[in-house]
Amino acid sequence: MKLRTFAGGIHPPDSKQWSAHKAIEDCPLPAELIVPLAQHIGAPAVPCVEVGQCVAKGQEIGTAKGFVSVPVHAPTSGVISAIENRPHPWGTSLPAVVVKPDGEDRWSSDLRPADPGELSPEDIIEKVRQAGVVGMGGAAFPAHVKLSPPPEKKIRTLIFNGVECEPYLTADHRLMLEDPERILQGVALLQYVFGSERVVVGIEANKPDAIELFEKLCDGTPVEVIPLQVKYPQGAEKQLIAAVTGREVPSGGLPMDIGVAVHNVSTAAAINDAVVLGRPLIERICTVTGPAVREPKNLRIRIGTPLSQLVDTCGGLVETPGKIVLGGPMMGFAQLGFEVPAIRGTSGLLLLRQDDVTLQPEGPCIRCARCVQACPMHILPTTIAAYARRDMVAEAAEYCAMDCIECGSCSYVCPAAIPLVQGIRYGKAAILAKKRNS
Amino acid sequence: MSPVSQQLYLSSSPHIHSGESTARVMRAVLYSLIPACGVAIYFFGIPALAVLLIATLGCLATETVCQRLMRQPVTIADGSAAITGVLLALNLPPTSPWWLTLLGSVIAIAVGKQVYGGLGANPFNPALVARVVLLISFPVQMTTWSAPAPLGSGLDLVTTATPLGVWKNAVMLTGHLPESMQGGTIDYFLGNMPGCLGEVSALALLLGAAYLFYRRILTWHIPTSFIGTVVLLSGLFWLISPEKYPSPAFHLLTGGLVLGAFYMATDMVTTPVSTRGMLLFGVGCGVLTVLIRLFGGYPEGVSFAILLMNGATPLIDRYLRPRTFGALAGKV
Repeated sequence: MKLRTFAGGIHPPDSKQWSAHKAIEDCPLPAELIVPLAQHIGAPAVPCVEVGQCVAKGQEIGTAKGFVSVPVHAPTSGVISAIENRPHPWGTSLPAVVVKPDGEDRWSSDLRPADPGELSPEDIIEKVRQAGVVGMGGAAFPAHVKLSPPPEKKIRTLIFNGVECEPYLTADHRLMLEDPERILQGVALLQYVFGSERVVVGIEANKPDAIELFEKLCDGTPVEVIPLQVKYPQGAEKQLIAAVTGREVPSGGLPMDIGVAVHNVSTAAAINDAVVLGRPLIERICTVTGPAVREPKNLRIRIGTPLSQLVDTCGGLVETPGKIVLGGPMMGFAQLGFEVPAIRGTSGLLLLRQDDVTLQPEGPCIRCARCVQACPMHILPTTIAAYARRDMVAEAAEYCAMDCIECGSCSYVCPAAIPLVQGIRYGKAAILAKKRNS
Repeated sequence: MSPVSQQLYLSSSPHIHSGESTARVMRAVLYSLIPACGVAIYFFGIPALAVLLIATLGCLATETVCQRLMRQPVTIADGSAAITGVLLALNLPPTSPWWLTLLGSVIAIAVGKQVYGGLGANPFNPALVARVVLLISFPVQMTTWSAPAPLGSGLDLVTTATPLGVWKNAVMLTGHLPESMQGGTIDYFLGNMPGCLGEVSALALLLGAAYLFYRRILTWHIPTSFIGTVVLLSGLFWLISPEKYPSPAFHLLTGGLVLGAFYMATDMVTTPVSTRGMLLFGVGCGVLTVLIRLFGGYPEGVSFAILLMNGATPLIDRYLRPRTFGALAGKV
């Protein structure tokens, strides 16, 4: 059978063999948990606790500010030891609430389980908001916003993203294997909220065990399991929708414009915990992997755990890393050090050696068109990057720079090692700045 | 927890690379030309080897001199100048005198490539620029062909005309195909006919092209649309007037079509980047080739056709962009 997919894309080595077979382990609590108030797209939360105050596990320590914002919670019971700026995965120092664990790991008594059968869609959305659930594929967009489309945008097709197309990462894969019930509960809840006619779980074909398990569990239910061709970026929202429905999200639009919503499988599990157990998003699965770490693992981590704790739990380093990446190698963010905490969007910690990251010198474009063939948005990366790097903003915009999803396929394939997606990013920022100023 | 080194890279994503490089691509193209060079040497002997060596060394030397003069880093290690040299040699007659070959390599690199800014900046295929300049400037030397004298056959190279030349002369003089042009397809396919070094053996060229397909350096679009157009269009003329026009197989296997379609018209630098653009480029090359061969002054039109389409490439790239994912109706 020919597997569904999208046009374009690349085939990097998936490098998942390091950790795909490793069962999820609990990461021990660190000496302090650093919980940034901004872990999501939107307004940062505002602290609602004081230094010295005792908090219980799951207690709100930062309140949401506005609609596109989510609260943050204490990942364990303990004492607030500081509220100050700390190094943040986004590359700067940002306000964080620091929790010193008391070792009891005692849940807050305010959190109560609920019977989902008795909840209205609005109740569910409110519980998701209170629990601080964000998209867990990496973008960390507040989930309750995505659950509240305008009434005229009916979500007919609901897609769950179990693709995990980033090389190295196996967090979603392990969660699908070890906790499928939590995911499927979340799937059922979202189907109820949206009233969708079609519900799909998309899984890349390099996870046959997960596909088999979900096909078995979904047999006789309305949920459809669709295996997808192994290709990057199969898990990108627009490409996943194209593969599943054959339709394209219009340029500049959102999936809801064509009646589709996409949620990560981990997000579905977090929504289940939020609604059924009443528990906020204070932990997630994170793959710690790469050639520079001694023992790659899939860890269940508390939000706010410093990266140093993750590395120690995985047997330390084999050699001095050349790059510390949060997320996958294609779209992750390079870090300055190990004191940065893992946050809600942290799907992986990738440690590359010096040899893995040595930069190839850039050469002239030989117009080989590999970037054009690789681009999943069907734009001309080499042309846009060339315009952007010469500050020809209008030309870059005319060549559809804003349609770039920054997947990095162009830079990956370029034989001349031209920083194509980096150039396009720069161009996009310039286009937005120009729009703001006019 | 060991301390973090001060050597951390902080570049933005992606953090991995395919490992492909310009030099690797160029090396693969050079490897793919080995069969064609081998056949040329087999059929035409030492003179062919001399043309290959002079052209390649001439291109490398010219690139070095140009870049030295412009105080730029010398980039002959990237292999692109060597490819130009080999391709130029394959586009020359085996009897081409040493000074002609050398002049060709100087024109290819200096006029065809470096004046525009070097690798990636030249609008026209450098080897073809040289071939055409030589053809127009030295028509006698550039159209003195010799019959093959396979190694060990004891034959000497004897001056003769190419099959296309024979046909063109006959048609001009008598208005119909010459008697001698019945059959011979297998010889044409293997390369046992007069012609440029690299024009003779379709088999050897296809072997090399197959390797490039396998390495994904060549895509099917240009060769297929180029050759397909030639076959269709020449077939049309052949069906209308078979006593005057040669068959598509003759068009396909004699002259520079296979070399042109797989190696010259697929030069990345001088051809469109989009799929639709490549298809249009190939069709344009095919139409021009047939028109020049059948109605032009020269028996062979592949080089002119490709150069003309090279000139159209920026226009094609501008107007035949791929349709952007999710583009609204009527927009790219």
